[in-house]
Amino acid sequence: MLSRIAESLFWIGRYVERAEATARILDVHLQVLVEDPVLDRDAACRSLLAAMAVEWEGPADVADVLRVLLSDAQSPSAIAYALSMARDNARRSREIVSTELWEALNTTHLLVANGQLGRMRPSDAFRLVRERTNMIAALANSTQSHDDGWQFIKLGGMIERVDMTARMILMTTYGTGSAASWQVTLRACGASHAFTRAYRGSESPRAAAEFLLQDRLFPRSVSFALAEVATCLDRLDPKARRIGFSGDAKRIVGQALARLEYRSISELLGDVRGEMEQLQRVGVQATEAVSKRYFEGAIPPEWLRGGS
Amino acid sequence: MTGIFDAYQTRPNTFDEMFTESGETRAAYAGVRRQVEHLAPSDVRTRADYLSHTYLDQGVTFDIGGEERPFPVDIVPRLIDNQAWSVVDAGVAQRVRALEAFLADIYGEGQVFNDGVIPRSVVTSSPHFLRAAKGINPPAGVRVHVSGIDLIRDAKGDFRVLEDNVRIPSGVSYVMTNRRAMSAALPEAFAHHRIRPVTQYPGKLLAALRACAPSGAGAGDPTVVVLSPGSYNAAYFEHALLARLMGVRLVEGRDLVAQAGRVSVRTTNGLVPVHVIYRRVDDDFLDPVHFKRDSVLGVPGLLNAARRGNVTIANAVGNGVADDKLVYTYVPDLIRYYLAQEPILPNVDTWRMEDPEHREQVLDRLGELVVKPVDGAGGKGIVIGPRATQQELDALRARLLDDPRGWIAQPVVQLSTVPTLIGDQLAPRHVDLRPFAINDGDKVWVLPGGLTRVALPEGELIVNSSQGGGSKDTWVLAPEPGDPVRTAEQAHDASVLHPAHRTARAAALREGGTTDEPASESTMVSTQSQSQSQSQSGSQTQSQSQSSGAPSDGGIR
Repeated sequence: MLSRIAESLFWIGRYVERAEATARILDVHLQVLVEDPVLDRDAACRSLLAAMAVEWEGPADVADVLRVLLSDAQSPSAIAYALSMARDNARRSREIVSTELWEALNTTHLLVANGQLGRMRPSDAFRLVRERTNMIAALANSTQSHDDGWQFIKLGGMIERVDMTARMILMTTYGTGSAASWQVTLRACGASHAFTRAYRGSESPRAAAEFLLQDRLFPRSVSFALAEVATCLDRLDPKARRIGFSGDAKRIVGQALARLEYRSISELLGDVRGEMEQLQRVGVQATEAVSKRYFEGAIPPEWLRGGS
Repeated sequence: MTGIFDAYQTRPNTFDEMFTESGETRAAYAGVRRQVEHLAPSDVRTRADYLSHTYLDQGVTFDIGGEERPFPVDIVPRLIDNQAWSVVDAGVAQRVRALEAFLADIYGEGQVFNDGVIPRSVVTSSPHFLRAAKGINPPAGVRVHVSGIDLIRDAKGDFRVLEDNVRIPSGVSYVMTNRRAMSAALPEAFAHHRIRPVTQYPGKLLAALRACAPSGAGAGDPTVVVLSPGSYNAAYFEHALLARLMGVRLVEGRDLVAQAGRVSVRTTNGLVPVHVIYRRVDDDFLDPVHFKRDSVLGVPGLLNAARRGNVTIANAVGNGVADDKLVYTYVPDLIRYYLAQEPILPNVDTWRMEDPEHREQVLDRLGELVVKPVDGAGGKGIVIGPRATQQELDALRARLLDDPRGWIAQPVVQLSTVPTLIGDQLAPRHVDLRPFAINDGDKVWVLPGGLTRVALPEGELIVNSSQGGGSKDTWVLAPEPGDPVRTAEQAHDASVLHPAHRTARAAALREGGTTDEPASESTMVSTQSQSQSQSQSGSQTQSQSQSSGAPSDGGIR
């Protein structure tokens, strides 16, 4: 696999996952704004922007949030931007990306280009993005050979998932940390139903945090995503060593996974914010290690900020 | 019921490919006419819209100034019957063989100069003649692996060569995608014709590239890559499509490394050797060691690797000299010289501005002619006399006198027309044809079809995508029962003359005598075109009489 192509595929995975997660977060956030009559709208919007690492000064309203995170293709945090970058990366790897995956990425980009997402009803826009990104992921799964190229797409997607789930949990801490705000996070992760089934109606913040951080079966939990990252790295570099790890990325991810799995939930909840920031650093460091190991020689384009 | 073709008006003094002068439908088009007429006009429009949509969705685009645009494809196909095609097939293959021999000669011994067929200065003064390419012996002896020979049909309907493209001819991807899109948009018409397929192209190309690999490369399993300048190149879609259909890597310069005379590609598992590079990067940008030093598109050291015979560059470096429009004027003579055959496809009559006699004649009638820069591409710099203002002509005159080597002049040739959907109406639009040929060192194979380009503005004669052109699916019809059978070999089997034989022949021709071998070995098809082909150098009188009769509202690309 060409280094440059591997890098493009990795970023297709990341951008598609980012677009989906952003759509989920926005969707739930707007519902909360509507449903909660006493909420400080300005503060809520600003905390959302902060969680998404958007630098913002002064008051913020829903229109600002939608522009910066949804429709403005010039805004690096926006869904429209992520989808157009995913398409751009696919264009650079056209001979590797399957025709069906390419067409799905291309038509999705055409649907959201030129601020078209901003002209839709927000809930329709979120649904469109969720459906299209899931279709893209499914096509990647079912029309690409599960070779190294596919592993890179998946690796990117899972690293992004760790990062975005950490952001969603981080956002909970900006609020009251109440059971209600954990419910919001569960919904944003698409975990509400699975959580209810697993915990039979318990709504404690502790249970919710446990589920989102440590559940081994739920595909959007942090530990699930980290384990997938580790599997991808193994497949890409199967050389087993008697001692230690052959790649930096594996060591970084392995440590994070162990930290998550072998600590009690009370410990983790003691400093949720610190833990989540730590997880985001894991994403950045793992990406750096993967770049160094596999993408060497490819000129780093503008998406270096992608990890932060 | 009134048909969509009823109001169609052919243009005066122009060959319309679908209708005769008296308004009859030509036989090849009868089926298409029937099928299109069965549709309501709005239905025709709907299907045309489908075509543009599907191209947008699939990303079948080309870039203009960084903007990706779908390449327009018209709903009415262009048909070429088997008879006409066999002339094109044989003529293109013949031309490619002569150009191959010419390039091998001028980058080697240069015998063609000594024999007085073409002045040495014409070649050495071409900006595309690269001394760096001297002494590189391409594996399998092939320099023109892929060529696109641009043809037009003149007022009589005869194909003539407009220019040769043996550097990095583009457009073949649209031949393949047009066919796919049209079979979905107009399935009825498809079902009623026996159309020769175009899907073999990628397989033929890969086989030819592998056949031209350096001997012993990769233990008989050579690695082929497609080298593209990157996703911002106008033809990026094509580079990606070819790589994908051949199942080979699409690389950019920065993916390749040339070390110790060998070329490798950077992969996630380290460096992997490369043996054949189908490059879509211009000579100038290919190797900063030899050419543009600041180029980041190429690979430093690539040319040395080629010189050592470790890598095949397709098409070979330095081919551009054969595309030079001044060299073009000598190609009929080159065919006679290298192949001992008469050209099957004639050139468009051309005056060389560096020839004082020609120059004088042209300057007298600048307003009637088309003047082209010899190294221009894409219609750039062309002045169509009848449409130019006095001021433009005066400026042109000064430029011609300043740099005669840089210009040629041609009579205004009316390109043929084909019905094309404009709004909700069919109207005649000028077309040309670029057939693609692949040379594997053993055989020249011509893809049955080629790219038909359409000038969309009314009366426009410059047919180029960068000038707002469109395209048509080009159907070459399979032989009908009763068609004369002609095997490809008869026309293709033009072997290149032995050098000693060439010299003797050239000497005999100079003496005004004839040589003992027959002028042409190809049968049937070439007989008809032989009578129309004419020597460029000896055709002055004839060109004049032809061009003075040419209509004034024409032009050429």
